[in-house]
Amino acid sequence: MTPKRRLLVLVVSVLLLAGLGTGFVLHAASRAADTNQARAGDPTVTAGGVGLDQRARIAFVNSAPGPHRTEVAAVPAAAPGAARTAAQLKCARFYAASGTGVCLQSGLGVVSQTNRAVVTDAALHTEHTFALAGTPSRARVSPSGHLVAWTVFVGGESYGAAFFSTRTSIVDTRTWQLQSNLEDFAITLNGSRYHAVDDNFWGVTFAADDDTFYATLGTGGHTYLMRGSVAHRTVVSVGVQNVECPSLSPDGTRIAFKKRILGGASLWHEYVLDLRTLKQTPLAEHRSVDDQAAWLDDRTVAYALPHEGDVKSTDLWSVPADGSGAARLLIRDASSPAAL
Amino acid sequence: MYLADRAAPAREDSAERTGRAGRTGRKAGAAVRRRAPAVAPVVLALGAVSLITDVSSEMVTAVLPLYLVVGLGLSPLGFGTLDGVYNGVSALVQLTGGHLADRVRDHKLIAGIGYGLSALCKPLLLLVHGLGPLGVVLALERTGKGLRTSPRDALISLSTPAEHRGRAFGVHRAMDTTGAVLGPVTAFLILRAATDGYDAVFGVSACVAVLGVVVLVLFVPGRAASARPAGPVPAQAAEPPEPVTAAAPPAPASASAPAAPDAPATPVDLREAVRLLRLPRLRALTLCAVLLGLTTVSDAFVYLLLQHRAGIGEEWFPLLPLGTASVFLLLAVPAGVLADRIGRRTVFLAGHAGLLAAYALLLWAPGVPALPYLVLALHGSFYAATDGVLPAAVADVVPEALRGSGLALVGTGQALARFCCSLAFGAAWTVWGDSRALLGSAVALLLGAAVAGVVLRSPTAVRTTPARIS
Repeated sequence: MTPKRRLLVLVVSVLLLAGLGTGFVLHAASRAADTNQARAGDPTVTAGGVGLDQRARIAFVNSAPGPHRTEVAAVPAAAPGAARTAAQLKCARFYAASGTGVCLQSGLGVVSQTNRAVVTDAALHTEHTFALAGTPSRARVSPSGHLVAWTVFVGGESYGAAFFSTRTSIVDTRTWQLQSNLEDFAITLNGSRYHAVDDNFWGVTFAADDDTFYATLGTGGHTYLMRGSVAHRTVVSVGVQNVECPSLSPDGTRIAFKKRILGGASLWHEYVLDLRTLKQTPLAEHRSVDDQAAWLDDRTVAYALPHEGDVKSTDLWSVPADGSGAARLLIRDASSPAAL
Repeated sequence: MYLADRAAPAREDSAERTGRAGRTGRKAGAAVRRRAPAVAPVVLALGAVSLITDVSSEMVTAVLPLYLVVGLGLSPLGFGTLDGVYNGVSALVQLTGGHLADRVRDHKLIAGIGYGLSALCKPLLLLVHGLGPLGVVLALERTGKGLRTSPRDALISLSTPAEHRGRAFGVHRAMDTTGAVLGPVTAFLILRAATDGYDAVFGVSACVAVLGVVVLVLFVPGRAASARPAGPVPAQAAEPPEPVTAAAPPAPASASAPAAPDAPATPVDLREAVRLLRLPRLRALTLCAVLLGLTTVSDAFVYLLLQHRAGIGEEWFPLLPLGTASVFLLLAVPAGVLADRIGRRTVFLAGHAGLLAAYALLLWAPGVPALPYLVLALHGSFYAATDGVLPAAVADVVPEALRGSGLALVGTGQALARFCCSLAFGAAWTVWGDSRALLGSAVALLLGAAVAGVVLRSPTAVRTTPARIS
């Protein structure tokens, strides 16, 4: 091939590939624009205040197409299909209790993501902001609204794409004291002190005493249910394995969690563990649940599932916590449920 | 904390580009003879291929966590295990790639297959939505990377006279790392233009990867040209009259001797590749690469230690690799040139001294704001002084016919050693805590460097080539 022809081939390839690449970007941009347009038949969303101190409401992150997509919204607990009120707070993950909200946000920097956790008051006004080391995953507020916890995924460095760890932090909103990494707590596993470089904590859930919490410890290929104390900076294994994303019931007696069904595969089923008897009850949801469930009341848990035929959006479902009944659709196009 | 570690072969990759490459071969060659040093067009072409390919790969890398967690709503934990297992496979693939390239006597072909395989994986990312299949695609992508590494380095070494190889590898690594820095920038620009446009990122990444392959095919001379440096092909005009292998010690009794480049040469088989280990210099280099690899704490741990001990803000964590990369790309060429001037051994050892200084700083952890910058600067200098210098030194001692196998041997040894180091370091961290684990690594590194200093000193040593220049 002559140099001239080679150059020609190069120019043509560059043009073709640039055209194709531009096409990809334009297509995605127009789709992104579409998601900002409400579709016919979608739930009605109106701008307004979402008061975290209101009762009998469910707050969540709205993902219905339209201008309020990814904003925190709320509906009456008795009529979850009703029109939504959306506040001007955009979150990747959200949770709230007793007038305190936590909103994990993921933005784009020049060469990396910029992630942060925003702790809000009842009117969703920012009280405090914390920089995060990775992509938002789980968020929780204690029943009193005093303690806030979050988990992020930290990716490896360049070319280590396929490797991740978690980082879980707890902050006390009365003092704004941050425990930036649960891995620094003293860990007791099966009766003995434990520390490993592959420790990963995720999915904190708080008890009503503003001190006790439960979380998952993943290490050496196993996951353990741990009970911790914020004041003493300790975590102790409860004696139950294969528990992820625990969620403590309002009465503090049971924990809803996702249990890995197939080793290695991303297939989990939702269970409820009775903390007094350690008896596990499978719930009537037969699909794979990859979420930290939230209790709507002492009898029902809610969680997000991918939208039928569309992995990119989720719906909220609820199921009785005693293994009876069947799962039912709670709120379409939504994630991060929190019963107020 | 980290589940597993990468310990992948040091950053590499490639891309090429430039219309100049092939065309100006003859002219550049003439210029080379007049002024001393120019970089062979093939090296620029391969550098451009690496740059483009790295833009493509790092685009994906940069958005992957976001895509998995936010886009697909998956928990990516457990990927670590898979990654760890795959590191071993990747190293073996590298060995296969290097040897295969020698065997078919076509480095460009094998490198091309490697680049092609990686390019094919990018559109697949658009189609898979589960962690398992995604893991498979990424594994294939790494297979491509493993395949191409050694043939590509062999091409670089075969197209450059021994006394300029340090510079040539430096130029290549600098271009490669530039791509690694540009990738995330490109990806985030796209995500800014299209919210949640992960498919656009993967699509563009695929286009970019294809462009890399196109440039490779167009501007990197194939078999006839690159395997026979003495040939009259323009791209090879940069070769000085004396045979490249002058620097190499006498080859083993095998028929692979550098002589008669135009003879149909006896086929390269596995036995001959194994016989490479009879070369005392190669044995020494492999030993040193393995020994030092065993004490090279992987990047991830370095960043983790930096955060632990320097107490830098969470938001800076994702930017730490960028610090290392910037220093690496700035210093790669000067370090390569220096290696040509004063000897590969000196620069290679100095690089490890830099790493040792970084460990020492991390251990000492003085409460000064400059600490993270210093550590990253030393870490980047370590890569600049070793990543391209090692293959340059290997190329000096391996006969042309087995160049790919020789480079792969050392590369694989180093990668496996680093992988073992990650496992050991993780275990040591678990048992002793971070500072004692680091202290152990520092002591081991010091011993390893001392051994390397002695072993590499033998008379045939690295000195042969540079001595002629200085």
